Amino acid sequence: MKKTYKIEVDCANCANKMEEAAKKTPGVKDATVNFMALKMIVDFEDGADIPAVMKEVTARCKKVEDDCEIYL
Amino acid sequence: MTKKQKKMLIRILVTAALLGALLLIPEGAVDRLPLFLLYLIPYGIIGWDILKKAGKGILNRQVFDENFLMAVATIGALAIGLAKTGDFVEAVAVMLFYQIGELFQSYAVGRSRRSISDLMDIRPDYANLESDGTVSRVDPDEVPVGSVIVVNPGEKIPIDGIILEGAAALNTGALTGESLPRDVKAGDEVVSGCIDMSGVLRIRTTREFGESTVSKILDLVENASSRKSRSENFISRFARWYTPAVVFSALALAVLPPLVRILFLDASPDWGDWIYRALTFLVISCPCALVISIPLSFFAGIGGAGKAGILVKGSNYLEELARTGILVFDKTGTLTRGEFEVTAIHHSPYTEEDLLEFAALAESASSHPIALSIRKACKREIDVRRVTNVEEISGNGVLVRIDGKEVAAGNGRLMKHLGIEYKECSHPGTIVHMSVDGRYAGHIVISDTEKPTAKEAIRALRGAGVRRTVMLTGDGKAVAEDMAKRLDIPEVFSELLPGDKVAKVEELLEQKRPREILAFAGDGINDAPVLSRADLGIAMGAMGSDAAIEAADIVLMDDNPVKIASAIRISRKCMRIVYQNIAFALGVKGICLVLGALGIANMWIAVFADVGVMVLAVLNAIRALFVRNL
Repeated sequence: MKKTYKIEVDCANCANKMEEAAKKTPGVKDATVNFMALKMIVDFEDGADIPAVMKEVTARCKKVEDDCEIYL
Repeated sequence: MTKKQKKMLIRILVTAALLGALLLIPEGAVDRLPLFLLYLIPYGIIGWDILKKAGKGILNRQVFDENFLMAVATIGALAIGLAKTGDFVEAVAVMLFYQIGELFQSYAVGRSRRSISDLMDIRPDYANLESDGTVSRVDPDEVPVGSVIVVNPGEKIPIDGIILEGAAALNTGALTGESLPRDVKAGDEVVSGCIDMSGVLRIRTTREFGESTVSKILDLVENASSRKSRSENFISRFARWYTPAVVFSALALAVLPPLVRILFLDASPDWGDWIYRALTFLVISCPCALVISIPLSFFAGIGGAGKAGILVKGSNYLEELARTGILVFDKTGTLTRGEFEVTAIHHSPYTEEDLLEFAALAESASSHPIALSIRKACKREIDVRRVTNVEEISGNGVLVRIDGKEVAAGNGRLMKHLGIEYKECSHPGTIVHMSVDGRYAGHIVISDTEKPTAKEAIRALRGAGVRRTVMLTGDGKAVAEDMAKRLDIPEVFSELLPGDKVAKVEELLEQKRPREILAFAGDGINDAPVLSRADLGIAMGAMGSDAAIEAADIVLMDDNPVKIASAIRISRKCMRIVYQNIAFALGVKGICLVLGALGIANMWIAVFADVGVMVLAVLNAIRALFVRNL
């Protein structure tokens, strides 16, 4: 199950860090952050509770890059 | 400019003005401590967010980022100023230039982001849905399959469909990069994303919006950079160890030489000097120039290709395309039109029109492609009432009576069967022999014709650095070799079944040189296995064909084979820019790091090495967007 989210982030390196953080979140099979399109594409594991997982992804991203936003 | 950027601009201007004012204070007029406090004002204005982020980073155990580097470097410089030199300008200036650089980068990225999304601006905002005689504006998502929509001049066609009524010239530029309008009329299929330039069209939709061409393309473009190129992966891996490495070398630079001086050389440790060098090191080390400019180059390259009607599904494919050495073509539909046409008429006692009329009448009941092409070639009205006694001889041809004459149309076997002597044809293609009242009446040659740009395409590919061009086809040897000769393709393999094509491509894959890429170009209709087996699959003429869009890595929206060479040139330009930026950024930084360690480069040079390099690299990356003359 793949979903695309709009994100707001200022620097490319921060985008890389967000990608790393999202990838390591439980329930996420794979994640890619497209800095140029300002999009995060998250591939969820089967049966994952998407809203809960995304909440955790947001929290983890905020931790690595304070100045970021994920529009759910 | 966004609000954030405007705020930053104001902060930069205020800081610059304050710094200018402080520089006017004559040396020695103010004591060191009050001077330090005065300089803290502009420093605070320009740097508070960096300090805050650095602090948060430490709390979140994400220490090594550029905020941390800048914070340590400038605080260190202030400390040296306070303790030793009384010079605070540098610390403020470094922070100021860093912020100017960041502002410029965010502005440039925002601009290119917008210009690329503008050129991909094919998303229709609404559809004019007709129901019960009234027309209402609705979201394209809400239009069911089979409904009737109205498209007025100047509007985009929102959903794929078939024209019921009306005629218009369509601008397909947004999809294909082609500037010539395409004329359509009732009965024609149209794809979403085209702009109606002249007439009102009533269209019966054949797909849902989500399945329409325009949605597929948007989806593809938006997901394009989720597949990262090796260069991008290299840079993000590089950035991960690079920053910590520089921080530790800076630490070593600050501590080791003074210790060595004290312990072994019996000299004064010069702590201030070495710490200053270490701080310079930190300023230079920021990896921004690389981290921002490499993805930006690919983004701009993919955007530029999109403008030319070439959709690249990911930056990794752009990278591979640049290394294409072997290009394998499917013949039908790629180099040829994929439509059969009457190309010659030989040995006929009748005029060409008369013979074609006989043939068209004889084949009037058939839906075979050959019959269709004969009927298309016949300019006269076909009156089926003239045809009686139709007898089909399966696989060989047809016997009919036309206006009381016995007419036979078919292959050589049919002629033999009827005991009629016929002439073999030297032309490649499908031959339809004709006889009228038992006498041979000549034959019609039907063949697939090459695209007008096919030959130019092959030449352009050679110019673009493709070493081998190979043609694969399921057609007979004579037809294939004739076509290859005309198009100047040296290698041709004929009479291949779809499975054989895969085997042939595998064989060619073995003959690749190291690092070389084998690309396969096909029309995507029945060569999906080959498209995926090749290193790089290029599908052509994809307007409206889902299969092609799905199977290929690179999709040419129209069916002009010359675009393959353009795509390769675009990718080469993009890769050149990527390598330039990597070499330039690493080179300048490397030199500055050495100079900094030796104590030759001061913080001003360090700021150039960081911000200046980034600005130049970003400007260079944007060049990848311009593909007009490629």
